Amino acid sequence: MTNTPLTSDLSPEEQGTVGLGNPPVLADPTETVLSARNLIKTFGRVVGLDGVNVDLFPGEVLSVIGDNGAGKSTLIKALTGALIPDSGQVFLDGREVNFKTPQDARSAGIETVYQTLAVAPALDIAANMFLGRERRRSGPLGSVLRMLDMKGMKEDAGKSMANLGIATVQNMSQAVETLSGGQRQAVAVARAATFATKFVVLDEPTAALGVKETGQVLNLIQQIKAKGLPVILISHNMPNVFEVSDRIHIARLGGCAGIITPKSHTPTEAVAIMTGATTLQKG
Amino acid sequence: MSVTTPNAPTTAAEQFAMRRQSPVQRIQHLLHSHPAISPLLVLIVAFIVFTIVNPRFAQPATISIILQQTAVIAALAIGQTLIILTAGIDLAVGATCILSMLFMANLAAHNGVPGPLALLLGIALGTLCGFLNGILVTRLKLPPFIVTLGTLSIYTAVALLYSGGQSVGRADLPAILNVMSTRFRVGPFNFTLGVVFVALMAVVVAFVLSQTAWGRHVYAVGDDIEAARLVGIRVDRVLLSVYTVAGLIYGITAWVLIGRAGTASPNAIVDANLETITAVVIGGTSLFGGRGGIIGTILGALIVYSFNIGLSLAGVDAQLRVLAIGVLIIVAVSIDQWIRKVKA
Repeated sequence: MTNTPLTSDLSPEEQGTVGLGNPPVLADPTETVLSARNLIKTFGRVVGLDGVNVDLFPGEVLSVIGDNGAGKSTLIKALTGALIPDSGQVFLDGREVNFKTPQDARSAGIETVYQTLAVAPALDIAANMFLGRERRRSGPLGSVLRMLDMKGMKEDAGKSMANLGIATVQNMSQAVETLSGGQRQAVAVARAATFATKFVVLDEPTAALGVKETGQVLNLIQQIKAKGLPVILISHNMPNVFEVSDRIHIARLGGCAGIITPKSHTPTEAVAIMTGATTLQKG
Repeated sequence: MSVTTPNAPTTAAEQFAMRRQSPVQRIQHLLHSHPAISPLLVLIVAFIVFTIVNPRFAQPATISIILQQTAVIAALAIGQTLIILTAGIDLAVGATCILSMLFMANLAAHNGVPGPLALLLGIALGTLCGFLNGILVTRLKLPPFIVTLGTLSIYTAVALLYSGGQSVGRADLPAILNVMSTRFRVGPFNFTLGVVFVALMAVVVAFVLSQTAWGRHVYAVGDDIEAARLVGIRVDRVLLSVYTVAGLIYGITAWVLIGRAGTASPNAIVDANLETITAVVIGGTSLFGGRGGIIGTILGALIVYSFNIGLSLAGVDAQLRVLAIGVLIIVAVSIDQWIRKVKA
């Protein structure tokens, strides 16, 4: 994407910093959708985030990979209000934000999809799409009787699903539990894509899915990107990451072991950096 | 319904998934989307069978009596339904209702509190009891079963200590506390105000559950509490409100109960816990939460009392009636388990 700092552009001096954290080229927060600077989070004596910097540029898919305990989840939680970092700054569209709860991040336009298939199985697709932000009917039926705009929500749910190319599910009144795992996750992703105005975070969205269903979710990620919405994808799965990402942030030991692109490095190299077998070499 | 990208050839498994559904599967799907159908069918079949066995069953007088008998348990079961929908359970339902009832009756009869105020204070106490259950469930994170098992004893003891174990007779009650016993005729049917009031309460709660965001959140919390939390529903608030509203319903039911019994007695509705749970379960609401509703519960309560009267009119032994209700419960829960296995 635009002015993306590729590590392959690094000078040898800059490479020295790569092992322990800071990506060498930091963007100006006014040019990014999201920028985090020097995030630190400790849990007692355990260091969760060790001065991490992140930039998310408009319209890109940024993957965050890393071994278990590398700080992926801590980073994402710190960005979405699920955790409050001990220190550091987060900028959204160039303005500093301090999310105290996931609701803060949500109302700022950040939507998160969790690996746990966060849908209510017995409710139908439309109800799930609008769960937690139901729309009331206009007029006294809505304001006095608090009646929900079932029809409108159903229509909009159908439109959202269609916009993302999820044509296989047509009946919005279908209970989510009658859907396959991939379709359920598609509902969650569609929900996020519909309500996000800044970016979408997908936390291991394919961890619970089979190969084919994973393909559908990856397809959705491309669709969200095509809508111009940036995506942060957390994943263990290298082939998936390399298929959809513009840039890849490698978390390691609470820091950042470097930022690569699918063009600059191979999945094998990414794994090597991730596990510390090698430090980042010039691509 | 099946997952296929357009143009992709269908696999054998997908063709299998798209096969025509067998009639049994269609029934399963129908019951899955409309859980009140099975209790409705049971009630209709029971009505027909009991009428064939003894035509007196279908007489307006009998039906009026069934409705009057059902009213109190049906009203309490509305509150129980709300709690069970959140995957909870309320064992203190009867105790709360009796405490409210004795409180309002004694205030009016022995403490000189005006009738309407005594009524409101009694209802407020029921609401407070529900609120306390809710606080224990949401703040101390105790299982609802344990919380309400504890408050069952506590509320019962408080009710007995407060009333000295004494009933308040009809003569000592102000007119307003007895107003639910008011009778009126609609054609051949003999209604009490209590029956109409409970029906109205059922309609209101059913409306709120199905038409408002709060209702959806109640289902979502019972369905998958983590998912509800992740989408930003304030789960503890929903739970607390459910227990409080249930308490309010039990308090209001105390008013209906005085009208039904004519007195305020500490020995009324001793089996309310089990009877309300029976009505809820037979009505198709899942004990695991997130599935069911008020209409089913009202049908469930009607089934229990229709069986009682129908079997008694058929000359069946009282113990066999109890047995029949037991069989109904097990069948209802088995059907629920089967419905839950529904596939796309």
